[in-house]
Amino acid sequence: MAAEKAEMDKLKKECDALRTQIEAARKAVNDGSMSASAGGVAGLGRIQLKLRKNLKGHLAKIYAMHWSADSRQMVSASQDGKLLIWDTFTGNKLVAVPLKSAWVMSVAFAPSGNLVASGGLDNICTVYNIKAASPKTLRELDAHTGYLSCCRFLSDTEILTASGDTTCCLWDLETGKQKTVFTNHIGDCMSLALSPDMNTFISGACDSLAKLWDLREGACKQTFSGHTSDINAIAFFQNGHAIITGSDDCSCKMYDLRSDQEVITYQDPSLNAGVTSVALSNSGRLIFAGYDDFNCHIWDSLKGEKIGVLSGHDNRVSCTGVPNDGMGVCTGSWDSFLKLWN
Amino acid sequence: MSSNLVVMRKIVQQLRFEASINRVKVSQAAAELQQFCIQNALHDPLLTGVSSSTNPFRPQKVCSFL
Repeated sequence: MAAEKAEMDKLKKECDALRTQIEAARKAVNDGSMSASAGGVAGLGRIQLKLRKNLKGHLAKIYAMHWSADSRQMVSASQDGKLLIWDTFTGNKLVAVPLKSAWVMSVAFAPSGNLVASGGLDNICTVYNIKAASPKTLRELDAHTGYLSCCRFLSDTEILTASGDTTCCLWDLETGKQKTVFTNHIGDCMSLALSPDMNTFISGACDSLAKLWDLREGACKQTFSGHTSDINAIAFFQNGHAIITGSDDCSCKMYDLRSDQEVITYQDPSLNAGVTSVALSNSGRLIFAGYDDFNCHIWDSLKGEKIGVLSGHDNRVSCTGVPNDGMGVCTGSWDSFLKLWN
Repeated sequence: MSSNLVVMRKIVQQLRFEASINRVKVSQAAAELQQFCIQNALHDPLLTGVSSSTNPFRPQKVCSFL
């Protein structure tokens, strides 16, 4: 017992020393602020996007949406118990997938366009084949002990999930089994995003931390702190070197992966609503952030300034997404509508 | 061995790993992010704007000769 206590004390001391060391190392490279060095970059002025389509079809709150890789189809999930697959060019609904559990929180389109996945309070990630004559359940991935907050396909054979049980998981769709479980968060995992090179992914959680993981090794490589409340949304900058987070603390932040620290905070004293979702325009210059205040606010990612707003929803904006071709932005809301803007 | 000790060992191991990475100066990281945004600005339809004729989300008006 005494030996254990001695080791525990030693470890606590080492823990404190390491945290101090990490902070010092971050400070040592913090030789200038992002917004200051963006002083030389031309401002964008006000960004005004027009509402192009209002997609009606869901009968209850929309919780999630995801663009297909073809930048034309899009899938949305609502607590009316349905997934809807839309042709955004025409506004037509192509497929309706009835869900076993209406308490859906996340939806994803596979890059191939053949599969979609969803999950929520049922703790299960269900994968559907939408190319069949009528949507067919391919797999029910059942091992999480908490709600499914986010899911993203790597391919038709692998999918990543984030859960309220504080873990993320990589699944093999051919066997339906877990390949890797990513444990390190101490709060519900709320969101995840894959790196452009697919070697790593990032997760945001209710412990107010964002973590970078190596997909194949299963290890947490970096931890980013700074938010003071749950991180609800997370996205990779297109060059894979920075990440954007959105939090219940009403701010978004950019963290640079190579400097290992926060480089800019996007916040405004007039904005007192939590951030639910984030998406980037193709150059990374514009951040579209959905808020509880029914709006999607547009930020200049380099200068840290709020430069536009997408207004029109009658309830919280719960999800936001920009397609691969960058031609527009989609917002989904608890008001049951999806809107397309450009 | 108590589970607290196991947990603590894991925390320390993780911190050792995170402490060991190389960090790039923020000024350099910022410069590269800026360069990326500027280089790709012309390929960002939400920055450059989308003309009505090529806007996939805008209903196409069909012209016909009467």
